[in-house]
Amino acid sequence: MEKLTFEGLQQRQKALSEKAASAHVSQLLICGGTGCHATGSIKVIDAIREEIRKQGLTDKYEVVETGCNGFCAMGPILVVHPEGVFYQKLKADDVPTLVQEHLIDGKHVEKLLYKDPNTKKRIPLQDDIPFFSHQMPRVLRNKGLIDPESIDDYIRRDGYQGTAKALLEMAPEEIIAEVKTSGLRGRGGAGFPTGLKWEFASKSPSEVKFVLCNADEGDPGAFMDRSILEADPHAVIEGMIIAAKAINAHQGYVYARTEYPLAIKRLQKAIDDARAMGLMGENILGSGFDFELEIYQGAGAFVCGEETALMRSIEGKRGMPRPRPPFPAHKGLWEKPTILNNVESFANVAQIILNGGEWYASVGTEKSKGTKVFAISGDVNNIGLVEVPMGASLRGIVYDVGGGIPKKKKFKAVQLGGPSGGCIPEQYLDTPVDYDEIVKVGAIMGSGGVIVMDEDTCMVDMARFFMDFIQDESCGKCTPCREGTRRFLQLLEKICDGKGELADIDALEEMAVVIKETALCGLGQTAANPVLSTLRYFRDEYEAHVLEKRCPAKRCVNLLKFEVDPDKCTACGMCFKACPADAVIWKKKEKAVIDKEKCVKCLTCFAKCKFDAIN
Amino acid sequence: MLSQQIQASKHPPELVVDVMMAVQEHYGYLSDEALEEAAAMVGMAPTKLDELATFYTFLYREPVGRYVIHLCDSVICWMDGYEPLRDHLCKKLGIQMGETTPDGLFTLLPVCCIGYCDRSPAMLINKKAYGPLTSEKIDEILETLRSEAAETTPS
Repeated sequence: MEKLTFEGLQQRQKALSEKAASAHVSQLLICGGTGCHATGSIKVIDAIREEIRKQGLTDKYEVVETGCNGFCAMGPILVVHPEGVFYQKLKADDVPTLVQEHLIDGKHVEKLLYKDPNTKKRIPLQDDIPFFSHQMPRVLRNKGLIDPESIDDYIRRDGYQGTAKALLEMAPEEIIAEVKTSGLRGRGGAGFPTGLKWEFASKSPSEVKFVLCNADEGDPGAFMDRSILEADPHAVIEGMIIAAKAINAHQGYVYARTEYPLAIKRLQKAIDDARAMGLMGENILGSGFDFELEIYQGAGAFVCGEETALMRSIEGKRGMPRPRPPFPAHKGLWEKPTILNNVESFANVAQIILNGGEWYASVGTEKSKGTKVFAISGDVNNIGLVEVPMGASLRGIVYDVGGGIPKKKKFKAVQLGGPSGGCIPEQYLDTPVDYDEIVKVGAIMGSGGVIVMDEDTCMVDMARFFMDFIQDESCGKCTPCREGTRRFLQLLEKICDGKGELADIDALEEMAVVIKETALCGLGQTAANPVLSTLRYFRDEYEAHVLEKRCPAKRCVNLLKFEVDPDKCTACGMCFKACPADAVIWKKKEKAVIDKEKCVKCLTCFAKCKFDAIN
Repeated sequence: MLSQQIQASKHPPELVVDVMMAVQEHYGYLSDEALEEAAAMVGMAPTKLDELATFYTFLYREPVGRYVIHLCDSVICWMDGYEPLRDHLCKKLGIQMGETTPDGLFTLLPVCCIGYCDRSPAMLINKKAYGPLTSEKIDEILETLRSEAAETTPS
């Protein structure tokens, strides 16, 4: 393929835009993220292609497999572009009706449209659905709109214009100044100013430097980076090229977890296509600047998301953190100056260069600029990927975008920042999304996982769960993390088992301080956070476990009796039907009884009972 | 292909995990011999590779089944019913977590968050994502894989 020059890129973009504008072809944008693949979108895509061919509509409609649309709860999703009609939960069987009614007869297929759970009305247009209308897509500006495996789709939507500007018109100091003006802070969670990080590395004298992208997303509840890579891989590549020019590096690595094969496949194709077009490799766009990019596949270790561990892992060693300083900006990969940013941070960069740092900083709060991508999951209606301006309230994310809590349950808390973060209860739901404000209420921004928990969640059990996770994933190098989290877990298990004492709660608080002050890396230093934040807001639940030997949320099996309260039981039989062990004795119009010999304490009956009748 | 990359690389140890993955792909798991073979390719000591193989979740030092099931046990999957599904899988396969079925088809392992929280509860089978899981869907998946295996195994 011909290598593009700056003029060549402009001509190609112009030609692609003109072609798209004059083609009179509607696009059928079908989500091809991993989630939608798992729920059958490939079959839907094949069926639509086949049906369109059969009906002789191939010159009017183009089927595009996009990356993640974001509204994962409703997948597989199809959007008819440009009018923007949104169809959800598609199956291959729906395709003939959809093609006949929408594409041929020009009517909406009512039953496949989104139904607002509050108004019960069908909403045909994607932009009118509350999940989308409260968002501000910047990082996700191409999601669901382009084929992530087509570099031309990306170029048509201003792709590589930021790179062209940075390589041909800007000095490294100007790039750094622009990123500093934007106020972009590390989206991996720590929130360190990106421009400053680049400045440190640019001033480190060395012939060889590295640009690394952290795509080892491992925080439970986080899938932002996977979705960005699956939906718009070139945006990440552009960010890395621009960063390389800023610090004068010529080699980059994307450290991607092996659990994300589709993201890796699309990123690799994007790198290969960019190289073939002269947007990667030697003399990019005729600028004289060289940059090579490789994917390093991690083999499954949570701790490798920590920056020093990640670098050691690339070097072919066990991915274990080392003390800092020296900081990677001075001595990173192979002892050379290195910058590491996460996927979302890089995906912002080309837009900042193209539109200016001031444009970027025009939304957000005083110290947190731009937008933030969140993955919402847990006990929430609209599970999915969202992007909101910094400063938006958590309540807005949970209720307006997230659509609130399913099954008419009450909200209890939201966990931000995964196991390194903390929970935020109802009374602080109006906290704005802002690095510093979120810290004030005892959590951290984190990488963007938002775990919504309803009233049935036991916060002591949740803390125990997170500690189990941290214990499992602790690399074991430093004693405070290795032994401290083990001791933490023992105490939490003791409390959940109903054997806890008040002194155990004191011990948890005391140990939390020690671990925070002495652990080697960020993962250990924050390991106590889930315990501290649940203690801060839900101390009453700890005390109920310890003093009354009672689990208020009815989750801790050793504190439950597995008995039906005859006063509350309505004899509906739901528990009988749900029990996998045939342990519920029930006949029509008779109250249920649990056979404790057969009961396996799986809690299925607790979940099914609508009358809170099981104790 | 890999040996060319190793020769071209300034830092061959960077390729050690790729090499181990490729060797594992070929032999099914990393036996002592396989590990030595991989070590020779990248010019590292076999003990160094053992350090890595025992550190990373997706490198196997013991024989595994044809289908390696990694069931996610992280927070969202746990909230959405990981425990009953784990019990169902164990019962259905007649093995405990960490074991392989006697016919050599399935190995069942836990894995920390695999990032498919939008389709939880989720699992990976040979790195392909499945979810949201129910016991019925698990039965279907196992059945499909069993017949796939029967079709492709020479009798």
